[in-house]
Amino acid sequence: MKNLALVAWLDMRESMRSRWFLVYLVVFGGLMALFFVTGITDSVVMGFTGLSRLLLVYIQVTIVILPIFILITTVKSISADRESAILEYMLSFPISLGEYYWGKMVGRFVITFTPVFLALVGGIVWGAIQGAPIPWGPFLLYGAFVLALCVAFLGIAFCISTLVKSHDMALGSSFVLWIALLAFLDVALIGLMLQNRWSDSLIITLALLNPLELFRVGAIALFDPELSVMGPVAYFLLDTFGRPLLLAYTIFYPILLGGVAAWAGYWLLRKRDLL
Amino acid sequence: MIEIAQARKRFGGNVVLDGVNLQIAPGERIALMGPNGAGKTTLVRVVLGFYHLDEGRVRVDGFDPVAQRVEVLRRIAFIPQTPPPIRLLVSELIEYVARSSQIEAERIREEAQALELVVEEHWQKPFFKLSGGMKQKLLIAIALARRGRYFIFDEPTANLDPKARELFYKRLEELSGEHGILFITHRIEELAGLIDRKIYMELGKVVEDEPFAMDCPRGAASRM
Ligand SMILES: Nc1ncnc2c1ncn2[C@@H]1O[C@H](COP(=O)(O)OP(=O)(O)O)[C@@H](O)[C@H]1O
Ligand SMILES: [Mg+2]
Repeated sequence: MKNLALVAWLDMRESMRSRWFLVYLVVFGGLMALFFVTGITDSVVMGFTGLSRLLLVYIQVTIVILPIFILITTVKSISADRESAILEYMLSFPISLGEYYWGKMVGRFVITFTPVFLALVGGIVWGAIQGAPIPWGPFLLYGAFVLALCVAFLGIAFCISTLVKSHDMALGSSFVLWIALLAFLDVALIGLMLQNRWSDSLIITLALLNPLELFRVGAIALFDPELSVMGPVAYFLLDTFGRPLLLAYTIFYPILLGGVAAWAGYWLLRKRDLL
Repeated sequence: MIEIAQARKRFGGNVVLDGVNLQIAPGERIALMGPNGAGKTTLVRVVLGFYHLDEGRVRVDGFDPVAQRVEVLRRIAFIPQTPPPIRLLVSELIEYVARSSQIEAERIREEAQALELVVEEHWQKPFFKLSGGMKQKLLIAIALARRGRYFIFDEPTANLDPKARELFYKRLEELSGEHGILFITHRIEELAGLIDRKIYMELGKVVEDEPFAMDCPRGAASRM
């Protein structure tokens, strides 16, 4: 346990010095600042006021940026170290594979989740200072969604990172995965449905399996279940499962998915040659 | 005791270890030699638990390097063939080593000092930004500070200048005593006095295994 904390702590420090982390901070911090400057918290559009609207825009941005950021920065944590023989050296000390692997994962989790969450908190605080009422429910649920999304993609990234032996392959496959998940958001699903090639239940299943789609549906449902921008698949999900069940699923499924993927990566690390 | 019995390892179609048998008693000091690609590094990695054998068995003081890696690695201090581009700061690397191996960081500093590397001057530098020789000195200092029951060195002196090499051998001589040494090298004449057994590998096999003693004192050969 002590070694797990040690690995996590050192990985965090290393991340904080790296360029990608700086970009990450600037992107999320900068976005929030941009929202403030453009007055998004004060305006009233489509019946949404202040902070709710801020959260809504933030959600759309998070869907696109967060997964790819987590994937490209994390997917190399095992594969690149293996290629450069850093792994050989770091693992020549009396430390278990579990402590190393889970330590790295905990470190990455803190590093990726904290900035997004703090930007969110910053937005809320700023809005509150402006006198807007704080939307506690959406805020807390949204925080949970972001956490779930982080866990899902971290788990997937660590799995790819141990599965694939070269760093380039790891980057390539995570990019393909990201595109595929994004493409299967509502728009593509509607297209398939309209062509009647695929059955409705298949499409609904695909939507339910895609952590990005879930995140989007869950997050937007926080504000208004009737929202037209959600698209028919999202609307159908909401209609079929009801709000509480869908919200719970949106939190627990990605965490489960990430957990299973991470565990598969750990299993691979133990079962195969380390170098 | 490190016991390697009938070890076979294949990479793709390539047989890299072809039925290696080897026993290393504690306190025994071995030079492992052989041409590039003979399988020396692979053999060492098997002992450290990085590779799963296709056939055969490895034990370090009775422990299985894969299943009981912590027990095994507690006994072994290792220096890799080339210093890896670790991005941790020197201070962080030393913290990692000291805490995972449960030794005093101060001891690493002292060993580095003995090799004329002043760690404090580089405390806040990323490890990979040190010069090749400094990196190697630090890795040597770390290995010596750990005082493994077995030292396993994979050509550790490639980047060192002759003086640093001498300092390293001298320090190793002072320490060795009950420590076992497995030293991969191409320059056995430098190890005279430090080594009492010589093993030669070729194409994944041990082809020669004999006691080694050189009459002239260490270093004399290279100075002639
Ligand atoms: N991880 C690996 N995957 C595939 N082939 C490898 C791997 N490691 C070593 N080899 C091959 O095994 C052979 C022996 O390598 P190595 O043990 O590094 O030799 P040495 O250290 O004696 O020079 C070489 O032909 C090398 O290409
Ligand atoms: Mg080698």
